[in-house]
Amino acid sequence: MALAGEIDISKVDEIVKELGTGPEQAIPILQRIQGEFRYLPPEALDRVCELTEITPSQLYGVATFYSQFRLKPVGKYIIKVCHGTACHVGGAVTITDTLEDELGIKTGGTTSDGLFTLESVACLGACSLAPIVVIEDETFGKLDPKKALQIVNDFREREQQGG
Amino acid sequence: MAHAKKIVVGLGTCGIAAGAGTIYDTIKTKIEETGLEVELSITGCNGMCHREPLVEVYDEEGNKFLYGDLNKRKAELIFERHVVGGKVQERYLVKEDRDGTPAHEFLSGQSRIVLRNAGIINPESIDEYLERDGYEALRKVLTSMTPEQVIDEVVKSGLRGRGGAGFPTGMKWKFARAAQGDEKYVICNADEGDPGAFMDRSVLEGDPHAVLEGMAIAAYAIGASVGYIYARAEYPLAVKRLRKAIADAEERGFLGKNIFGTDFSFKIKIKEGAGAFVCGEETALMASIEGWRGMPRPRPPYPAQKGLWGKPTNINNVETYANIAWIILNGGDKYAAIGTERSKGTKVFALAGKIKRGGLVEVPMGISIKDILETVGGGSSTGRPIKAVQMGGPSGGCIPSELFDTKIDYEEVNKTGAIMGSGGLVVMDETTCMVDIARFFLEFTRNESCGKCTFCRIGTTRMLELLEKITAGEATMDDLEKLESLARQVKITSLCGLGQTAPNPVLTTLKYFRNEYEAHILDKSCPAGVCPNLTTYKIDTKTCTGCNVCLTNCPVQAITGERGKGDTYVIDESACIRCGVCRDVCHFDAVYTE
Repeated sequence: MALAGEIDISKVDEIVKELGTGPEQAIPILQRIQGEFRYLPPEALDRVCELTEITPSQLYGVATFYSQFRLKPVGKYIIKVCHGTACHVGGAVTITDTLEDELGIKTGGTTSDGLFTLESVACLGACSLAPIVVIEDETFGKLDPKKALQIVNDFREREQQGG
Repeated sequence: MAHAKKIVVGLGTCGIAAGAGTIYDTIKTKIEETGLEVELSITGCNGMCHREPLVEVYDEEGNKFLYGDLNKRKAELIFERHVVGGKVQERYLVKEDRDGTPAHEFLSGQSRIVLRNAGIINPESIDEYLERDGYEALRKVLTSMTPEQVIDEVVKSGLRGRGGAGFPTGMKWKFARAAQGDEKYVICNADEGDPGAFMDRSVLEGDPHAVLEGMAIAAYAIGASVGYIYARAEYPLAVKRLRKAIADAEERGFLGKNIFGTDFSFKIKIKEGAGAFVCGEETALMASIEGWRGMPRPRPPYPAQKGLWGKPTNINNVETYANIAWIILNGGDKYAAIGTERSKGTKVFALAGKIKRGGLVEVPMGISIKDILETVGGGSSTGRPIKAVQMGGPSGGCIPSELFDTKIDYEEVNKTGAIMGSGGLVVMDETTCMVDIARFFLEFTRNESCGKCTFCRIGTTRMLELLEKITAGEATMDDLEKLESLARQVKITSLCGLGQTAPNPVLTTLKYFRNEYEAHILDKSCPAGVCPNLTTYKIDTKTCTGCNVCLTNCPVQAITGERGKGDTYVIDESACIRCGVCRDVCHFDAVYTE
C-alpha cells in the first residue's frame, strides 16, 4: 500500500492515457486513481490537471462533492456500516456507536495502527439482511452490536496472526 | 429415482451476503471430487431474500427442488444425499415458512413482468435470455414497426415512470421523438439511491439484458444512437453483470452497428456514479455524466428538448425499461388490463424491516398495502403488530396501519402524503419511534442536499436541529409549530425533487403520529423506547427467569445477575447504550422501557 509522498505518479499518466483528457472524464479518472491509491493524493490530482483539459476547480469540485472520494489516506480495512432505512430500524446506530467505542475513533477516522477506517454509507441495497456491515468486499448481515464487534475482532486477530 | 442434472445457486448481492459464494464453491468442489456429470449454474435474486442462501436442484425429468437457509454443512449434505444419493432432503426444502404457512403464498400473490427472468435465468448467459424470447421484441420493433407505432404501443400500455414521479413513459418518448436534433441520447437512471430500496439492483443483477433491450427499443423510438446507464457506485455486481451483458449483446449483434441487418445502430456505455443521492434527479444526473458536480438546473427546458450536452435526451429508470420488451411482445392492451384506471401494470417493491418474508416482490397495481404486507409478506416478523409502513424513502412518508386499505396507485398513495417512489417498503412496529424516523430521513436529506437552494440547504439543517431537540426531550410545543411551518416552506421553495419532498417524512409523521411528538415534548418520554435521552431499559424481576440470555447478548456488559435467580438481574443505566438487544432476545418479555 502506497503511503502519501511515495506514490507512483506514472500510474496517473497511464490512467489519463487510457480514459482521455476531456472534462467528462473527471469522475472516471478520479475513480481509477482512488482504485489505485485507495484515496486521492494531491500530487495525483495536480498531475491530472497538467495532463487534461480538467481545471483544478472542476477536479476539486467533483472530488469534494461525491461521497465516494477520499482526500485522506485510509486504513487497510474499510468498515462500512450501512445506515439505510432498514438498517436504521434494525439498530445501525448502536452498531456504529459500539464500533466507535471499540476502535477509539469517530466515523470517518482511521485507527492509529492504520488497520481500520470506519465509514457510514447510505444504503447498500441488501435490506433484507439488515443491519449490515461491509468490510472491504465482504458483507455481514443480520448483525447486532455484539456480532459486529466479534467480526471486527476476528479481522484484527487474523491480522495479528498473519503479521 | 431421477438423477440430478443441474444445480443452480442464487448469486445476487443478498445471496452472496448471506453466504451463497461459499455454497457455490462447496458444490463446485464436490462436483470435481465426485466427477459427477452435473451442471452448475448461477442465477439472480428470485425475491426470497428472507430464505437466502438458496439452491435449486433440477432432475432429469425437469422437476425442481428449491432448498433454502443453507450453510456449508447443509449444502454438503444435500449434495451427498440428493445429488449423489437421489434422495430429496425434505426438511431443507422451501415448502413452508418457519410458522407453517405455505411458502408459495409469497410467489402466488405476485405477477411477474419486470422480474419475469430474475431468479430463473443465469444473468451472465445471453443464451438463457434468448431462450426466453430475449431480443425478440427488439427484432419485432426493428423489422416490422415504425418508431411511431412503438411509441403508440407504449402509450397504450399506460406505463408510467417507475423511478417515482410516475410521468407517462409513452408521452416522454413522444416529446423526445418530436425534438429536433442531429444527435439524441437515451439514459437509464440506475442511481437507485433511496435507502431501503433494492429493486433496480436486483433487476440489473438478475436480468441485465431486459434493461438493455428496453433501452434499445427506446433509442429506436426516439431516434438515438448512443445510450448511457448511470449506475450507482455501491452496486459493483450489477455493474459487472451489465458490462458482460453489453459485451455479449455486441458480439451477437443485438447492440452495435446495423442491428438485425437494419439501418439502426445503437451502443450503450456505463457511467458509474460516485455516491450522490441528488444524481437520481435527471438534470443532476446529466451534469454528473458530463463530468461536473451533480447539481440540478431549472426545467424547462426538459431533457426531451435539451438534455445531455444540450441534445434531446430520454431518461427512464431501470424498472421502466425492463417492462418495455414485455409490452412490445404482448401488446400495450394486455399490460393496460392490469391495474387501476390511472396506474397500469405492475410495480416492484423491496420489502424490508419488520416483515416475515422480506425480499423483492412484483405485484399488480391496485393491490392494497394490506395484501402486500399480509399475504405476500406474511405479516410482522416480531409478533408485535405493524404500526406503519414507510413508502418512497426520504421523499415519501409513513403510512399508518389504519390506512392499509390504500391501493397501490400513484394518486391514491399521494393522498396519504407519501409517494409511490421507487418502491422501498420498510415495515415498522411499535418499537420504531416515528420521531426518530423523521429525524433519520432529515439527516439523510440534509447530508445529500447539493446546497444550491437556500431553503433546502439551510431549511433541512434547521429542521434536523429541531428534530434532534425533540428526540433529546428538550423541545417545546413552539418548536413543533416552527418545524411544521419550515417543512411547508422548504417544500415550496426548492428547485428539485430532493428539496420539494424532503419534508414529507416529517409532515406525514406529524399528521399520523402527532401523539408521539407530543409524548417526547410534554411527557419527556419516547413511547417506542428508542431515543436514548428519554429511555431507560429495565428488567421486571418478577417475570425474569434468570435464563441469562440478555446478559450473554449485551454488547457492553451492562447487565448483571446470577443465573437461575430472576430477581437478581439488573441493567446498569450508565453503561447501557439503549441498543434494545436484551428486549429483543428475552423470551419472557421481562425487559421493558420507561
